[in-house]
Formats: sequence, C-alpha cells, structure tokens
Amino acid sequence: MAGLATIAKRLLEALPTLFGVILVTFVLTRALPGDPAVYYAGPAADAESIAQVRHAMGLDRSLPVQFASYVKGLAAGDWGVSLSTGRDVTEELGRRLPASLELTLLGLLIAIVVAIPLGVLAATRPNSLVDHICRIIVTTGVSMPVFFTGLLLVYVFYYQLGWAPAPLGRLDFMYIAPDRVTGLYLVDSLIAGDFEVFRASLAHIFLPALTLGIFALAPIARMTRAAMLDVLSSDYIRTARASGLAMRTVLFTYALRNALLSVLTTLGMVFSFLLGANVLVEKVFSWPGIGSFAIDALVASDYAAVQGFVLAMALLFVTLNLTIDLLYAVIDPRIRAAN
Amino acid sequence: MDRRAFLKNSALMAGAAGSLPLFKFMPAHAAGNRETLIVITGAGPNSMDIHREGTNRPSYAIAVNLYDRLLGYGTKTLDDGIVSYDYETLVPEVAESWEVADDKMSALFHLRKTATFWDGKPITANDVKWSFDRAVTVGGFPTVQMKAGSLEKPEQFEVVDEHTFKINFLRPSKLTLPDLAVPVPIIINSEVAKAHATDDDPWATDYLHRTPAGGGAYKLLRWDPGEQTVYERYDDWQNGEVPALKRVIIREVPSASTRRALIERGDTDISLDLPPKEAADLHASDKINVAGVPIENCINALGLNVEMAPFDDKRVRQAIAYALPYKQIFDAAAYRRGRMMHGGQSFTPESSDWPQPFPYDTDLDKARALLEEAGHGNGFEVPLSINLGLAQWTEPTALLIQESLGKIGIRTPIDKIPGANWRTQALVEKSLAMHLKNFGGWLNYPDYYFFWAYVKGHLFNSMNYSNPTIDRLVDDTLHIPVDDPAYVPNIKKMIAIAFEDVPLIPLWQPNLDVAMQKNVKGYEYWFHRQLDCRPLKKA
Repeated sequence: MAGLATIAKRLLEALPTLFGVILVTFVLTRALPGDPAVYYAGPAADAESIAQVRHAMGLDRSLPVQFASYVKGLAAGDWGVSLSTGRDVTEELGRRLPASLELTLLGLLIAIVVAIPLGVLAATRPNSLVDHICRIIVTTGVSMPVFFTGLLLVYVFYYQLGWAPAPLGRLDFMYIAPDRVTGLYLVDSLIAGDFEVFRASLAHIFLPALTLGIFALAPIARMTRAAMLDVLSSDYIRTARASGLAMRTVLFTYALRNALLSVLTTLGMVFSFLLGANVLVEKVFSWPGIGSFAIDALVASDYAAVQGFVLAMALLFVTLNLTIDLLYAVIDPRIRAAN
Repeated sequence: MDRRAFLKNSALMAGAAGSLPLFKFMPAHAAGNRETLIVITGAGPNSMDIHREGTNRPSYAIAVNLYDRLLGYGTKTLDDGIVSYDYETLVPEVAESWEVADDKMSALFHLRKTATFWDGKPITANDVKWSFDRAVTVGGFPTVQMKAGSLEKPEQFEVVDEHTFKINFLRPSKLTLPDLAVPVPIIINSEVAKAHATDDDPWATDYLHRTPAGGGAYKLLRWDPGEQTVYERYDDWQNGEVPALKRVIIREVPSASTRRALIERGDTDISLDLPPKEAADLHASDKINVAGVPIENCINALGLNVEMAPFDDKRVRQAIAYALPYKQIFDAAAYRRGRMMHGGQSFTPESSDWPQPFPYDTDLDKARALLEEAGHGNGFEVPLSINLGLAQWTEPTALLIQESLGKIGIRTPIDKIPGANWRTQALVEKSLAMHLKNFGGWLNYPDYYFFWAYVKGHLFNSMNYSNPTIDRLVDDTLHIPVDDPAYVPNIKKMIAIAFEDVPLIPLWQPNLDVAMQKNVKGYEYWFHRQLDCRPLKKA
C-alpha cells in the first residue's frame, strides 16, 4: 500500500526539522538570562555551593560538550532529568501530556460540533439574522481572554449554581484514576468499564474543555462559512441544484465535503494554538497538564524540561501534519489518485 | 439528585461492587469526616528530600510533617488568640532530654528508647549521625543552614551509644540548639537510605527524593507531583502527641481566585498562599477564619544599592525614605495584612525588637531639601526593579513608589525580572540599583537578620552595604546568649545604624495568612511558613 511508504518518507523528511528544533531549543535555553545553578542552589546558598551545583548539573562544561552529551542521551531515549521536579523528563511528559491532549481534543470536539453547523447555517443565509448572530457568538468567544472565560464559567457554574464539581483537576478526591492505557481518563475509564469514574471525569473536564471550545469557535466557524460560500457559488453546485437534487444532498454531499478540506487545514492550526491556550485554562482549573509544567520550567530555567517540552511539541506537530495530510486523502479522492 | 448525593451514592455503589476506591470519603465538610483534612495550596512540593538541591519551599512541609528532629519548639498564644511557635522554648522530639556540658563546648542528647521509624526499626544515634553528616556534606541550602548553627563538619557528631548522641561545638553559640529544631536537620532512617545508596550517590539522594524514609507523625500515602500529596497518620508515633487527623490531603490549585472560591464554597478545610487582598476579603466576610500573623524577622523593603550613584550618598537614601507613600502602600498593596514599619519616634531605638518601625514618614519637603543638599535638586532617573515571582505585592507597591518619587523629580521606570533571573541579578551579582525585596530569617534574632542582610558580601545584602561597625557588632553578637549584658546594647547600636544609613527601607512586615473553616482547630503559626498538620483538629 502506498500509504505506508508515504508515511515512512514523510517521517524521514521530518528528521532534519527535528534536529533543527533540538539545536535551536538548546541554544535558546542557554541564551536566556538567569543562572539555573544559582536558582537550584537554594535560598541561602554561598558561592561555594553554587559552584558545587553548577558542577553537579554539568553546566561548567563547554556548550558543544553539553550539546553532544544531550544528543547522545536523546539517541538513547534519555531526555534528561527535570531539575525542579527531579524526575525524568519523559516521565513528566508522559504523565502530563495525556491530560493536556484529552482537554485539547475535547475542547476541539466541542468547537467542531458547534462551529461547523454554525458556519454552514451562516453560509446558506449570508447577511441574514442567523449570520449576524453567528458572527456575534464567535467574535465574543475569541475576544474574551481564555482565563477570563474560565473564571466566569467557574463563578457561574461552580460558585453560584453549584452544578459543576470543584475545579480541582481531573478527578475529585474520592475517585482513583482508571488503570492507565492511553492516559486519557475518559477513554481509560470506559476500557476499564468503570462508568462512575467516566461520569466524574466528564464532569471535571467539561468546563475547562468548554472554555477552550468557546475560544476555538471563531476560526472554525469563519473558515467553514467562507469555504462554504466559496463552494456554494461554484459551477458544479449550480449544476447540482439545476439538476433538481435535494437541498440536503447538495449541501452535505457536494458542498460540505469540498469545503471540509480548508476547514481541516484550519483545524490543524486551531489544535496547535489550543495547546498553547491550555496553560491559562490549566491554571484556573488546577489541571495537571503540560502547559503549566512548561511555564514553570521556563521560569525556573529548567533546561532539560524546556527542551523536552519543545521536542515533544515538535514531534506532536510532525504527527499532526502527517495525520492531516493523510486525512486529505480520505476526504479528497484526487489527492489519493495523485499518490 | 444534587452533586453531593450523587457522589455519596457512587461511593456506596463502588463500595458495594467490591472495588473500594482509595479515597472512600466525601470532599471536605460535606462528609463531616473529622479525621480527614483537605488543604489547598498554590504550589506543592517538588521533592520529598529537603537536603536535595533545588528543593522548593512547599517541600519544607514534608520535612516538618513526615520527619522528626532532635528538638522541637514550644508554643505560645499571641494577643489575638492565635497560637504561635515559641522560639524561646525548645521541647523534646526524638531527644527526650539533653544537657549542655559545663564548658559549653558540647551537648549530649538522650534519645527516646521506644521510638521507631515507620518500618519498626528503632531510631538510634547512628541514624542521627548519618542524617547530620548528610546535611553538612551534601552542600547547598542544608549545609548553609547547618552552618548558621555552627554545625559544619561530620567530626562534630558523635555516637556515644545507641541512644546517646553528642554534638561537639566549634564555638559556644546561642544559634546551635535552635538550629536543631528548624526543618533541615531531619532524622532519616539510615538503614533504608544506605540500602539505596550507590557509589555515585552515597547519600541516597535519588531514592530519598522520591521516597521519604523517616519516623515522623505522618507517612506518605501518595504523591502526584503537580497535583496532590496525601499524608497518613503514623499511629505508633512516639515523639509527640499522636495527631488527631488520620489523613491530610493537600491539593495544588495554582489560581488564587479558584482557591478562594473553594474555601468559600466549603469544598476545602484550609486554603494556603492567600494573596493579601483575598485574605482581607475573607477576613471581613466572617464566614471563614483567617489566621494572620506577621512573619517574624521578615520585612518587605526597598533596597538601595550603595555602590551605585547616587545611592552612595546617605542623604539621597534618606530623601527616598522620606518620599515613600508608606500609608498608601500598606493600604493598597498589603491590604493592611501585616504591621506598618514606618513612623518610628526616634533615631535612637528604644528596644532591641526587630523588625521595628523606622523613624521615617512621608514628608516630601524634607525629601526635597535632602536631595537639594546632596546636589540632586533636579532629580535623576533610576530603574526600580521588581521580582515578577512576587508580583502580588511588588507591582502595586512599585507603582505607588513611582508616583510618589516622581513628585520629587526622581523618575523610576519599572523593570520586571522573572524569578530565576531575580536571584542571579539581585542576590548573587547584586547589580540592581533600586529594588523591592523580601527577606526573613528562620532564626528569630535581629543579629541573625543583620548577618544575612547588612554584612558585605552576604547573600541577602543586595544593597552592597558595607559598614565595619556593623560587621564588628554582628561578629560580637551573633553567638552570645541573649542574656549577655552586651546583647541588647549591641542590637540597639545595629538598629540605630540601619535607621541612619537606610540602605534598606522597610515598607511593612508581611503577614502569613491562612484561611480555614470555622471547625478547624489547633492551627499554629510557624517561622518556616508551612502548615504543621500535627496539632490540627476538626471539631
């Protein structure tokens, strides 16, 4: 099958990109002001103990030597140890990345479920009342800072109404996390067949995911609307209509499927900026995700953790782009044929 | 069905199904569970080992609750009814009694014969020696803190017999015994630790970082870094009164607004790390108890780098001390949570209390006159550096200072520095001209504060202040007992110099504010600013 060869080729092509990312992150972390040895030597350290710490961290070696040992470690699967948590970076990322991914994916799902119908609706009735309402909703969503939306939702649904559970992370005190398969609680609890934990996880993830979803409405809805308008004014749609096909068939089989290509590209971008916006949502909802880990690491000049975070993101985006390219082929037979 | 009923039912169902959840209880007060305490905090521990480099401040709570020391501090009740530790009284912990030799050059500690670690192994003098050797050898913060008590070399620690431990002093010092009761000199189960030590890691730092091995009042039940820490009571604890609470759950909630919502909704028993504004609001609301105690030996202050012109001129420093809007800062940045540190009566201190109000108040005419005299009548420009890690108070304070200094012609653009860089620039390189800083000493003696903050070259002297008289006074005073006839006069002399020279202008003494539900009893204020869970109860 051509698919596998394509995947292999694409992955090979990603290697120089990844090396570039590794090099640039390495140099950038070192170029930041701030001296980790001073930071980690603690609140009452003297010059001698700072020197001790610097030596223990290997920071007294030259940069090329440090880089060589870092790359050598990476090749062996060793991403280094996070200084502020004292654990392997891979372990930290492995624990936190699923939390962020689960949140981002659900947020994206909420946004898609709301935004695509909104976009289609707006496109079929341009400049009508529906179109204006759609515009107001998405503009509000994207204009409100994420942490503000988050705090507002907490205030209304937890503090005032008491409908939402306490914003205490992924699960309340009384539940234990489901056995780890994917690291996504919603999936793992279903695999374990534990519906109580599933309900609890869903209750906890709902508000933060909604916060992200509201933020992501605008680009998806606007792109759907634009793409649909474009497609709907094309010749083949006119032909389809003239041939007396049902409105439903024209809209969904012919128009939407073609419009989805550009929406899919947008989704890739939305996914990446949602991962970024995660940080603020994580802070408000005490979500143990990767964003707050990265920010804390950056503030503390925790080199290995920052490098590991950037590398993990790079890998994620390589995979994401690949997935989107493969999805194009699923949606558009022309691309399949070209391959 | 409301949420609580839902939770209750699901717990019952889970129990009935035989798959008992680990935490089979209701959140906080809802269950009325009197043996479980829920605490929320802004940041959690990053290590189980206080001796490790890079261990953060919340990790000190692990040393306090999960480990024992030889000695502890007693308690006293403050004027407003809040209980505080008492730095003047030392009480037994692992050592049931101790005596200092007649020549004051050593002390003998008699360990409790019945006390054991969590694994049942008796706590012996060998464990104490191993732990102390570790603290003075690993370097970094623990070694520096031990040194403050003149505990510097492994040779000072001697095992007399299994239950008798001896410390040989380098010099008689009033700081040595109190330094044994701070969080650092914990007693580690040396056999467990040695079993996990390697040639590269003789002090088992890798193992103890993740797994505590002690004999303290609480054991570690669960630690999910970045999420939660759960303690469980050690029922056979011998080194004090067994705690009333069976389990303590500490959840990390980074957002201060969320922490406030949780305590107001009753979903948590205690909320830590309250910004002054939240503390003031909760205190006023009367539904929640807020225990606010001014942190001993600690001030929020404006530092002026005396090696940078024009702050090398005492008159300029005094002018600034007369130009600060103390009252506004205390109202708008501290929300009145703390003690004011301005408006003292005289340049001659009446007591040896520290900190005490400095004899300055807002007086712009006086400030202008002093500037004029120093040849800076037209003012000057100097950046005001603040630590972004402490933005809660540094930001509003800096804005108020900027406005007020602007009135006497001093322009102060604000320079915001992130946490990691702050330590390098302010404390190590000492390269900041005008900066907002906070320092507090664990050992509550004025001379200890002066040692760190006013002696040239010392870490917290970010002002680069240098004064041979202060150096001599600190040297003469640091180790002598407080009842020595020279003690009080020496301290007063130091304070008088600090008043006159003002390299450091105190703004206020900040509070440690802890919010708790009305049914939480037994809270104690501690100098280490962490929650000691051992005396806490729920009524």
